[in-house]
Amino acid sequence: MSEAAAERPPAVSVRGLVKRYDEVEAVSGIDFDVPAGETFGFLGPNGAGKSTTIGMLCTLVRPSGGRASVAGHDVAAERDEVRRNIGLVFQDTTLDGYLTAEQNLRLHAELYGVPRALVPDRMRQVMEMVGLWERKDSRVATFSGGMKRRLEIARGLLHSPRVLFLDEPTVGLDPQTRSSIWSYIRDLRAREDITIFLTTHYMDEAEYCDRIAIMDRGKIIVLDTPEALKASVARDRVMIGTDDDEAAIAALRERFGLEATVAEGLVTFAVENGGGFVPRLFAELGVPIRSVSVSRPSLDDVFMSYTGTTIRDAEATGSDRNRQFARMMAR
Amino acid sequence: MTTGELTAAPRAETPVARVHVPARSVAGDLRAVKIVWQREMIRFSRDRTRMITSLFQPLLFLFVLGSGLSRLASAGTHGVDLRTFVYPGVLAMAVMFTAIFSAASIVWDREFGFLREMLVAPVRRGAIVLGKCLGGATVAGFQGLIVIAMAGLVHVPYAPGMLLQVFALQVLLAFSITAFGVMAAARINQMQSFMALTQMLVMPMFFISGALFPVANLPAWLAVLNRVDPLTYAVDPMRRAVFAHLDISPAARAALDPGVTWFGWRVPGLVEAAVVAFLGLLMLGIAVWEFSRAE
Repeated sequence: MSEAAAERPPAVSVRGLVKRYDEVEAVSGIDFDVPAGETFGFLGPNGAGKSTTIGMLCTLVRPSGGRASVAGHDVAAERDEVRRNIGLVFQDTTLDGYLTAEQNLRLHAELYGVPRALVPDRMRQVMEMVGLWERKDSRVATFSGGMKRRLEIARGLLHSPRVLFLDEPTVGLDPQTRSSIWSYIRDLRAREDITIFLTTHYMDEAEYCDRIAIMDRGKIIVLDTPEALKASVARDRVMIGTDDDEAAIAALRERFGLEATVAEGLVTFAVENGGGFVPRLFAELGVPIRSVSVSRPSLDDVFMSYTGTTIRDAEATGSDRNRQFARMMAR
Repeated sequence: MTTGELTAAPRAETPVARVHVPARSVAGDLRAVKIVWQREMIRFSRDRTRMITSLFQPLLFLFVLGSGLSRLASAGTHGVDLRTFVYPGVLAMAVMFTAIFSAASIVWDREFGFLREMLVAPVRRGAIVLGKCLGGATVAGFQGLIVIAMAGLVHVPYAPGMLLQVFALQVLLAFSITAFGVMAAARINQMQSFMALTQMLVMPMFFISGALFPVANLPAWLAVLNRVDPLTYAVDPMRRAVFAHLDISPAARAALDPGVTWFGWRVPGLVEAAVVAFLGLLMLGIAVWEFSRAE
């Protein structure tokens, strides 16, 4: 990001971090650094270990092995120091619906020991930033899902954290609200000197990040900028609906030398110049085709090329670990 | 992204002031205790249903049960109105149920996620637990005041010393009961389980405590249970305070206010209050330990 960022110590530094729950290894030894000022995204299906990692970085989950530091403080040995320097927005709302927006923020300010003289100005600033200042006296129970999330982002910023953690900040929101949340996050990056660490399983959202780590089954598969990741997958993705998927896959292998799999119910493969390939496909495949779609490489394809499954299919198998984590967090 | 730009409200372009969060301190913990307490006050003041429903049960016992049974019991009460006799028990009961409900809110807080907001704050867990217990005690104290105000309806005089004594005991009891509830809530994730547990414990505690009967000449098994029941040590001094201001015959006093004895020794009121306070602090300690442990 900025020039100064390069000289500062990393906002987050992780070495060999492991978390085990009884038999299951939710996080299996990961390493990465997030420079100060960066927007860093963790991308992966539910159950990949993203939330567990965030839990460890936020001092809510005790690591089983390895080390991690946030804002220069060890997450196991200096928990309070870490907590003072981070803001948190969880997947599920953690607001008190009985209180007004302002009362929720005031409570946070008091818990975090924000100097009293600064509280009114700072509250106004963060609420204006997310466009909720006019609603400060409304009870949070009357807010929509998107407003609650915005208020949580404001609250997470109230004590000027060095690192803001956003765990699935847009999950469960409609597309319009999602994009408005993102406009606040981008706005925030421009205005505050802050490192943003977020997890998402929406591929399109990962593109807002400076760098992305793709996580699957407790491991970081790859870590790079969105552009570099997409460049590493030069081919277009083609998905076809056929009457006989098995025959189509066999035909693709024999006639075109292409490896295809069934993803989301469609025969899926990658090929250079997908648009130019489609006419040949119809002419030579020998299996009736009912539908075709060609897409430019997206992070979805990156995920697919590194893990062999689409993110949606991966979710169908990996969600039990996530539930276990949810139980942990509820304690 | 265009929709996002549209919904974004106009914002001030001034740079945002940086806040420096100070290191953990006693003052910081006290701020936390105060704000958690304040939150209980705000929530209680907004929840009129709770204010009314928590009064319902004491009134039921005092006027319906008290009036109904007095026709049966008049021979044994030496001319004292049964409602007057039951009154100290109802004073205890009023705060007991409110305090349990206050503690139950910690289970709600967990279910609705708010507990996490408090637990990740850079303050001692003890500060949050203490704030919660003080909040519960205060809310229950309000309920207690309402029942105290009814003294005249059951022929109990408004003697300032007595009222103060009773109120102090109520607040003490409320604090201890909230601490008990918070201790239980530390390990319970579901409201139904919490309610089942407290029903299982609170109703027997109330019945055994002597809130509804004199504690002398009980069958041995009941006497033992009664002496073990912590609530006994809150009800007895309240009854003692109330009966000290009643104009009744010595026979009635001996029958209705015999006092709690340990192996024949009449336990003084201050010792009884100390028992309640000790148990309250013990449970508070366990609750703090439980919450500090559950990272």
